[in-house]
Amino acid sequence: MGLTARPAGTGAGRNLGAPDASSHDSWVATRLDFLVNWSRAGSLWPMPFGTACCAIEFMATAASRFDLARFGMERMSFSPRQADVLICAGRVPFKLAPVLRRIWQQMPQPKWCISMGACASSGGMFDNYAVVQGIDTIIPVDVYVPGCPPRPEGLMYGILMLQEKVKRERMSDTSLRNEMDPDPSSGLYIPAQAIDELSEPFGNSVHQTRSGL
Amino acid sequence: MSGAFTPVIPGSADASLPSPTTLKQVPLSGGPANPSAAALGTQFGPVVKRVEVVRGETTVYVEGAKLLDVVQWLHDDPGQRYDYLSDVTAVEYRDPERALQVVWHLRSLPRRRFLRLKVEIATGAPLEVPSVWSVYRGADWLERECYDMFGIRFAGHPDLRRILMWEQYREGFPLRKDFPLRGRFSRSEQLRQALSVNPEARYSMEELSVVQAFEDLPADMRQRLLRGERTGE
Repeated sequence: MGLTARPAGTGAGRNLGAPDASSHDSWVATRLDFLVNWSRAGSLWPMPFGTACCAIEFMATAASRFDLARFGMERMSFSPRQADVLICAGRVPFKLAPVLRRIWQQMPQPKWCISMGACASSGGMFDNYAVVQGIDTIIPVDVYVPGCPPRPEGLMYGILMLQEKVKRERMSDTSLRNEMDPDPSSGLYIPAQAIDELSEPFGNSVHQTRSGL
Repeated sequence: MSGAFTPVIPGSADASLPSPTTLKQVPLSGGPANPSAAALGTQFGPVVKRVEVVRGETTVYVEGAKLLDVVQWLHDDPGQRYDYLSDVTAVEYRDPERALQVVWHLRSLPRRRFLRLKVEIATGAPLEVPSVWSVYRGADWLERECYDMFGIRFAGHPDLRRILMWEQYREGFPLRKDFPLRGRFSRSEQLRQALSVNPEARYSMEELSVVQAFEDLPADMRQRLLRGERTGE
């Protein structure tokens, strides 16, 4: 679709800003879904949650050369209460896990989350005692951006993917804005078994300990 | 605490003391030791166990019980003036028979000297050494970190608790050799314990009085703090 908000289809009722030749008044006919999603996708306010080197790339994305403002995102919201999209850039240690979840809970709906980089998405190379193995074990994630760290182009591609996702939302989908309530006994919202499976060691780090005993 | 900073520079007053020199062609092992090592030997005798020089840096192994006296003397003596504690850390070797070492890095800014003190704790002995907090206030967080990572208790530290890991951390001391890299609990259990911490309860009463935010806190947290809980963690 590119960067313009003009829809690809030209069917009746989907043209934005196409005046009727027989009328002298300006008028727009569109679906409410399309209009809402178009405005939401074009004005995502990011809540930057930068903890490591990915945050440097994020800052480069927001700076003049790559210019996040082109996507309506130049307004960094340092309060989660005025933010639309949480961009988690960097590794999240276990000590920060409750903070990240609290920030996510403080964001009002509609809200989305981008997990930027290998560490935020999977723990990355930090398969150790201190680092959360993927923030999707704490909060729901919409877009994962791979890379260590991702280049600004990569993050922008992820942002465009998120905009596509936002544009495909339907108001008739009642499950869209459901807040996920964590299990009161464990504080987790996905089963413990699934978390253990997700963070199963792989590669050459199997059975790795530091004791060597 | 000693007086104002007066650097010792060649040709200035106090010519009785040797002026600092910069080593060239530093040998890997051996070479001239830091003159403070010899001074420690004459001052404390058998407390100094041995002296090593590696890459021009001098390491003095001292007896743990007398460590505070040694550090106090190094800090106060006008010929030493080690006024800066740059690090407190520990070394555990993979060989379980080998003693665990606690390391202090001292620097004398006026005399441009660097001295490394080590205390060896034999296997099975209690992991306790004297705190140097009474000499260097900066040792506070350094010793807390060393306690957090190695479990070494610093006798005389005013507030010895975890600093990097959260205070309910129950898996042990992460930099010890018997600690598995991924921790002791499963990932879900680690996450469950981490998420059960209240992130707002991290503040001590002193910190709150600094920011004057006490009245803005949730009521339950105010009550917990008023009951005298130091931190809610």
